[in-house]
Amino acid sequence: MAEILEIRWHGRGGQGTVTAAKVLAEAAMAEGKNVQAFPEYGPERMGAPLRAYNRVSVKPMTLHCQVTNPAVVAVVDPTLLDTVDVTDGTTPDAVFIINTSASPKELRAKMKLKKTQKVFSVDANGISIATIGRVMPNTPMLGAVVKATGVIKLETLLKDIKASFGKKFSEAIINNNLSAATKAYEEVKAE
Amino acid sequence: MPKKVAMTGNVAVANAMRQINPDVCAAYPITPSTEIVQQFSNFVADGIVDTVLVTVESEHSAMSACIGACAAGGRVMNATSANGLALMWEMLYIASGNRLPIILSCVNRALSAPINIHGDHSDSMGARDSGWIQLYAENAQEAYDNTIMAPRIGEHFDVRLPVMSCMDGFIISHSIENIELLDDKQVKDFIGPYKSNVPTLLDINNPVTMGALHLQDYYIESKRQQHEAMKKAKKVVIDVGKEYGKFSGRTYGLFEEYKLKDADIALVVLNSAAGTAKVVVDELRKQGIKAGLLKPRLFRPFPYLEVANALKNCTAVCVMDRADSFGGAGGPLFTEVRSALYDLPARPLMINKIYGLGGRDLGLEDVRKVYRELVKLAESGKAAKLYEYITVRD
Amino acid sequence: MSKPKGWKDLPTGGMILEAGNADKYNTGAWRSDRPIWIEENCIQCMFCWIFCPDTSVTVKDGKRSEFDYQHCKGCGICALECPSKVKAIVMLTEAEGAASDALEKARAIAGKMAADKAAEKAKAGKE
Repeated sequence: MAEILEIRWHGRGGQGTVTAAKVLAEAAMAEGKNVQAFPEYGPERMGAPLRAYNRVSVKPMTLHCQVTNPAVVAVVDPTLLDTVDVTDGTTPDAVFIINTSASPKELRAKMKLKKTQKVFSVDANGISIATIGRVMPNTPMLGAVVKATGVIKLETLLKDIKASFGKKFSEAIINNNLSAATKAYEEVKAE
Repeated sequence: MPKKVAMTGNVAVANAMRQINPDVCAAYPITPSTEIVQQFSNFVADGIVDTVLVTVESEHSAMSACIGACAAGGRVMNATSANGLALMWEMLYIASGNRLPIILSCVNRALSAPINIHGDHSDSMGARDSGWIQLYAENAQEAYDNTIMAPRIGEHFDVRLPVMSCMDGFIISHSIENIELLDDKQVKDFIGPYKSNVPTLLDINNPVTMGALHLQDYYIESKRQQHEAMKKAKKVVIDVGKEYGKFSGRTYGLFEEYKLKDADIALVVLNSAAGTAKVVVDELRKQGIKAGLLKPRLFRPFPYLEVANALKNCTAVCVMDRADSFGGAGGPLFTEVRSALYDLPARPLMINKIYGLGGRDLGLEDVRKVYRELVKLAESGKAAKLYEYITVRD
Repeated sequence: MSKPKGWKDLPTGGMILEAGNADKYNTGAWRSDRPIWIEENCIQCMFCWIFCPDTSVTVKDGKRSEFDYQHCKGCGICALECPSKVKAIVMLTEAEGAASDALEKARAIAGKMAADKAAEKAKAGKE
């Protein structure tokens, strides 16, 4: 892992992408890491493409500029691949985690990735329907990102989901989210 | 026990307000400071604080209500940004002229037009002559710490002036970062109960008149007094920053010197951009270039003697302004710093960059470019341009 | 008047610490017309006390008393509102009002005003 791991999230308004970045930051902090989580603010509306960012580092961070060269890119909505250049500025060894039913091989061709870059696919929509009962891809995406990057342990993520969702939701909903994250962690595919 | 948490700058400041537990908060929320009052109103609704939350119909009214409440003897807090601060303008002067130690969190945002919601310093820089003490913060931790120190500074008997605590909109206000919250009791003990040391409007045993007419006979005496209070604030800021460091582990002064002691070239820059610049200073130091940084914390009163002393051994200095002073001899921070250095027997060469207006990103490469220019300036002794925009498309 | 205070001695923020010190301000010096009170005509209705925009009609033991000339600005509202058949308040110029025969002059004017009014009424009745 580089000194500072920079993650860029691509999603659409209403999919919980900003929350995903927040949960990841809190979970990484729980492991004693230094974190940043910040969305890109503009006119906010349901369905509009948006980006959110994470920085995770062992050492304290002082930089507060935008993330322009992410080493990890998480795409929460598969339809964004056709409208947004999710590879923009990515590092040569960047890791992509895409919510899609397509295979990593198909993705590599479609996204024209460099040989040194890695791509993972996970059917986060399918997993969320099976576990939560509706399309809510952010929790499964968190599970997949944790598996693909190893940035934190799965247990830490699950603990944080419990803690941060616990204030707002019933136990059943929390448990469903925990299964969603776990299932995605297990099912995310590399090439 | 202090608690390590990950939260946004806004939530951190709202928590500082919760721990301070002011008597009155009158506010009219505006982006990007909205979340402060939103969070704080939850604390009020949940009965966690005893504060009377006054919801008003404009920022002008918000500051007016704060003035009334503070004149009545209350500890009063408030938050705003950009156009909201601009609408408070008239009342800012009334707060300071009446010597009311109101605390205002200013989440820096660009002033319209064109309309913009992102961070720059045009709002608080515009208010720099309003008689308010101004503190600036690099990150959420400093914004939280400054908020807690603000009442101690403003309410001090030698000072009795309102305090504006500033942080960058979105870049800090909406970013989640690691911060350490003090224990509620630590804050309570540090702040102490508020008892105005002058008569107040609700003190029926000592009836007084505030805001009376002062014409040619008295106005200038009142202003001279305010001038003195502002001058005395400097020492109070140092003392309070030291005392705060004793139990929090974070000592604050007038400004932060980052690798400045032996620096040949230096940047002077406020708020979050200073954090980004520190990364570049580290890079340059590894390359053997003696680069440094000065990050002002206290902008009003401006500690010009101390700033001059800190920069006196530099060969070349660039002051970075996130606000323009249209038609001036440079941005607001530049004119202060340059003026501060005037009385030195030998002065560093100086340039000024206006950057990041309306939240335009200041990347590492932008900062590297400025330092490269400083290296050249130090060698050649001649500045190509004294005052120019960067992070701008030609 | 005492010497104005310097900035070091001025109360913070120009606060006025002494309550009601406007009482010391001789605003009566602004007056160009002076009301004269004719006690024997007064019916103690207190209209002048109510209508005075300052607090220049004084009351002693529940009865209307002399004007407070230190604060009366001579607006004449009291004289206008006085409902007594023969006016108990008459406006003179400040110079006339300050002279020793002011009360006599006022009595004469009040008497003439009442007579004129009665004559007018009688005339209106005939028509």
